[in-house]
Amino acid sequence: MRYSGLQVLAQGLTGNRGWRPAWRDPAPKDEYDIVIIGGGGHGLSTAYYLARDHGLTNIAVLEKGYLGGGSVGRNTTIVRANYFLEGNSQFYSHSLKLWEALEADLNYNVMHSQRGLINLFHSDGQRDAFVRRGNMMINQGDDAILLDREGVRKLLPYLDFEQTRFPIYGGLYHPRGGTARHDAVAWGYARGADRRGVDLIQNCEVTGIDIAGGRVTGVQTTRGAIRAKKVGIVVAGRSSQVAAMAGMRLPIESHVLQAFVTEGLKPVIDHVISYGMGHFYISQSDKGGLVFGGDLDFYASYAARGNLPMVEHVAEAGMTLMPMIGKARTLRSWGGIMDMSPDGSPIIDRTHIEGLYLNCGWCYGGFKAVPGSGNCFAHLMATDRHHPAAERYRLDRFATGYGLMDEEGTGSQHNLH
Amino acid sequence: MQIPCPLCGLRDSREFTCKGHAVTLDRPAADAPPEEWHDYIHLRDNPAGPTRELWYHGGGCGAWLIVTRDTATHAVHGATLASEARHAG
Repeated sequence: MRYSGLQVLAQGLTGNRGWRPAWRDPAPKDEYDIVIIGGGGHGLSTAYYLARDHGLTNIAVLEKGYLGGGSVGRNTTIVRANYFLEGNSQFYSHSLKLWEALEADLNYNVMHSQRGLINLFHSDGQRDAFVRRGNMMINQGDDAILLDREGVRKLLPYLDFEQTRFPIYGGLYHPRGGTARHDAVAWGYARGADRRGVDLIQNCEVTGIDIAGGRVTGVQTTRGAIRAKKVGIVVAGRSSQVAAMAGMRLPIESHVLQAFVTEGLKPVIDHVISYGMGHFYISQSDKGGLVFGGDLDFYASYAARGNLPMVEHVAEAGMTLMPMIGKARTLRSWGGIMDMSPDGSPIIDRTHIEGLYLNCGWCYGGFKAVPGSGNCFAHLMATDRHHPAAERYRLDRFATGYGLMDEEGTGSQHNLH
Repeated sequence: MQIPCPLCGLRDSREFTCKGHAVTLDRPAADAPPEEWHDYIHLRDNPAGPTRELWYHGGGCGAWLIVTRDTATHAVHGATLASEARHAG
């Protein structure tokens, strides 16, 4: 069924009895050309682009829980292309272009809202760094506008500009940045992949990866063995466990990143705002809740929840930036499991096992990467060549030291990003 | 989260900094092959369950601790002085 305004009207007038499930619920077949492990945003988009761009449809996506039940539903929904380093810059630029065409392409409303993102700066040094970053973004073909304090005040009059501790000097404005409805992204890709013949198999946990003679031959699952010519691991958050089934140790630590949402409020924050002097970024959802998040708790965790010290830090940072939010009541807080790589950048690569491919290490940048990651991983799995936009996301860069992408400039070791 | 420092007793995790998995105690020899250094610096088992970590008690006695902690539940099972582990090992 094609979704449209007319369809909504027609269904509304006939009691909404004509809607059908957006995807099938097939039983796994004995064999596929390609098995994707992980039915999150990245896995579903990989399957979608394998079908759309490479004509491969004999594909299964295996999900241990339900589609989109992991990090794609646990993030702060920010979409942006404001990276600095060669490698990251072209990848996120590629991803943002896919975002901009996504709704028409999927025939699905993912509520992509390019409301503009503003990174605030609070010192001369920080301004210089953001000028440099803005120039890199413009060189990449993306948009960046340097705002002085009055420029920021015009857009965000409610910030505490006069605070003595961290006065606001200005901001780097990225008008094409914004947000999207995170669940809808997973659902849209799921529906798109299903319509092209991909089997989306839920409640199907992979328990083993079959390898013979250095070549992957299939997977063992809780719903039986499935043979496959190629297998893609796309399970950020659980990458170490799944890779261990293939005898691999990854340069990954899993950490918790917390996020929060308040009760629904009238429209007040029209942009995505990122504070430069504390870990705090905020936007307002279409339901009215203020959605905000902070930094990692900085210890390994799979608990999908954090502890109070980071809650306190985020609340303090928010209060110093916009004291008005002190009146809003926090409705929920939760944690997502982040695949943290040593240099803070992701991995899209082959492995030393023929036919086994790896997509992981998204750190806290996974959501905005969903279209680009799936697109580039599909390209790699279909052609065995790296997509130009993701050719630097090599697994061996840590062993060789060549091509590390340490966006924060803090070093390429665990616990620094 | 609270951590039982062997010197200071049960203290709030805010007093500590986590350095990560305690595998970093097993430093390769200076002339070890690059693969061994790569393994030491980058590769991790990253278990979802009990793990041994290095924590620094910067807000207390200043000791480095080996903390046994469950990454799936955040339960802390115990802590020993890293210096003692080194001497023992």
